[in-house]
Amino acid sequence: MEANISTAEQILTTDGIPLKDSLKKTERRNKIKAFLLVFPLLLFIIVTFIVPIFDMLGRSIDDSQINTVYPKTFEEYKKWDKDAEELPPEEVYKAIYYELGEGDKIQIGRALTRMNYSKSGWKSLIKKTQRQIKKDLKAEVVIASYKERLIEINEKWADRTYWYAMTQMLNERTPIYYWNALDRTYDAEMNVVMQSEERRIYIKTWIKTFKVSVYVTFFCLLLGFPVAHLLANLPLRYSNLLMIFVLLPFWTSLLVRTTAWIVMLQQNGVINGVLVWLGVLSDDGRIQMVYNETGTLIAMTQILLPFMILPLYSVMKVIPPSHLRAAANLGAKPFTAFVRVYLPQTVPGMSAGGLLVFVLAIGYFITPELVGGKDGQLIGHWIAYHLKTTLNWGLCAAMGAILLGIMLILYWLYNKIVGIENIKLG
Amino acid sequence: MALPSYTKPGERIFYYFYVFFCGVVFFFLMAPLVAIIPISFSSSPFFLFTEGMMSWPPDPDAWSFRWYRYMVGICEDKNLTTPCGDKWMRGTVNSFYVGTISTLIATTLGTIAALGLSKPHMPFKGLIMSILISPMIVPLIITAAGMFFFYAKVNLVYTFTGIILAHVALSTPFVVITVTATLVGYDTNMTRAAQSLGARPMKTFFKVTMPLILPGIISGALFAFITSFDEVVIVMFMASIEQLTIPKQMWAGIRQEISPVILCMATCLVVLSIFLLTTVEMLRRRSENLRGIAHR
Repeated sequence: MEANISTAEQILTTDGIPLKDSLKKTERRNKIKAFLLVFPLLLFIIVTFIVPIFDMLGRSIDDSQINTVYPKTFEEYKKWDKDAEELPPEEVYKAIYYELGEGDKIQIGRALTRMNYSKSGWKSLIKKTQRQIKKDLKAEVVIASYKERLIEINEKWADRTYWYAMTQMLNERTPIYYWNALDRTYDAEMNVVMQSEERRIYIKTWIKTFKVSVYVTFFCLLLGFPVAHLLANLPLRYSNLLMIFVLLPFWTSLLVRTTAWIVMLQQNGVINGVLVWLGVLSDDGRIQMVYNETGTLIAMTQILLPFMILPLYSVMKVIPPSHLRAAANLGAKPFTAFVRVYLPQTVPGMSAGGLLVFVLAIGYFITPELVGGKDGQLIGHWIAYHLKTTLNWGLCAAMGAILLGIMLILYWLYNKIVGIENIKLG
Repeated sequence: MALPSYTKPGERIFYYFYVFFCGVVFFFLMAPLVAIIPISFSSSPFFLFTEGMMSWPPDPDAWSFRWYRYMVGICEDKNLTTPCGDKWMRGTVNSFYVGTISTLIATTLGTIAALGLSKPHMPFKGLIMSILISPMIVPLIITAAGMFFFYAKVNLVYTFTGIILAHVALSTPFVVITVTATLVGYDTNMTRAAQSLGARPMKTFFKVTMPLILPGIISGALFAFITSFDEVVIVMFMASIEQLTIPKQMWAGIRQEISPVILCMATCLVVLSIFLLTTVEMLRRRSENLRGIAHR
């Protein structure tokens, strides 16, 4: 056909334009029209959501603030030959002397927080020194050697380790926060080393986050599979009724469900009360089920269970019951028929539900925070902690970025397996 | 699902175990929601079933509406340590305010976008779809951190505008998904018929398309509303005391003063979710009927 048209005389529309061009034009117009409809929302999401996320990613490697505070010092510092000289040359001391004495107080304060991440002790050292330099400048003291004057103000200025810690801050981009988020830091020679024993908390939390997510996914599958099967095979009037039991928790506020679990699980709570009343437990033998990892596991399983049941249900609903009958007819025992015929057909549902639950669990924050106590905290806790309490935003952003990376990989998998458009709600 | 007559005893036992197991799971799903309701009517200031509540005949002193009165800000007994004030009511007003405005914006933007996305000529459909639903996928804590940093730069932190913008971003994916799903069953010949009869695009939309996809739009709007109404992580970081919402107040309540007032609010929210669930289910059926999809 193609060849025919190109060789033969072109078909023209009534306006005298070749039909092919006219069609192309209309299609392009339709494309633009469709795009214009999507455009407002796309722009909105990009501005209010995508840009902030990228801003956070930028912040996770950003180290420019400190470079605006000590430009001269850093410049001189780079000239310091560490093998030849024990301490930095006089010029470095002079530069930092004036940058501390004349710099903007607020900016120096902000940079201090950053300096303290690389070595604790900077904060008090700089603050004390700054006060003394201000006095010096006011009194117009004549200084012969800035090096000696600074060491006189505080002997820590003669401590090499402080100067070595400065190496990490010289660049405007730094991977330090990512290393921190994985319990690593730099030593004096800029090698990546493990943090000191008592500061290693994040790897443990990452592992725990994974562990809890795997457990929750497993429990959801274990509890959700039979229920989805029952719902898919019951007559509609019963299954619709039972579906409410799945959908109502799904629609209920997360905080309400979390609160409800505190009521259920606490030492004077409903479950302990019932067990004591039944005589299973003695009154002083009440079990501590909340404010620890058990509480997090139980509450998260219940909260995420609907996300497992719903995809499983929609897959099981379309498996024809005749398949199992055919298998039985061919001599398969019920168990064999189930494992060889039914189960393989539910795999899309299991992977969809499993990934959905896992992905939601890994980023969970509210529930572990409220029912997790001290040992039930997941990585979300530390992100919030650095965001609100320590204000170590670089570290907060780096942890967020790592979590985001994990999520994206998982969603890429999800998309491969089930397709992102197949997400169903209720 | 009745057992066929040729079932062996072993299979029979397994079947009863299976039904029992499902029953336990249903109980596990519902029990916490049901348990809080009676406790919210307790007169004791603790989160538990008191002796009086368990006794038979019921002890009238053990039951009371006292915490509900607290919730709406009627504080007659001053001797109790539980703080009583208008916080819950202010939170309710703010929650409805933020929820309503963000639902209106989200539904409008989301519906228009869904119309575009369901056009067969839509370019880069996959990419655009993944951008549009990304707020639903990224964990809230990351979204909250990112938005906090960025909105702080443009002075939107601790304002209603900032929270509403954040909530709109979070809730549009739900609108896009539900409305796109409804549009799958929409017969585009209807639009063509209307236009061939001389209706302009706007008129076609409001007179023909919208009435047909309305159930989907309303479900999307309800999803959007509940998303905003329930949202606590963003509010926790981006709201000051001025923008106190119900979830923020509940969060503070659970962390600081565990008072039964929280359970009263929780009960109200359960009632609200029953209402929303029923509405969405009814709309879903109606939409399926309209589109001629038989009940599966």
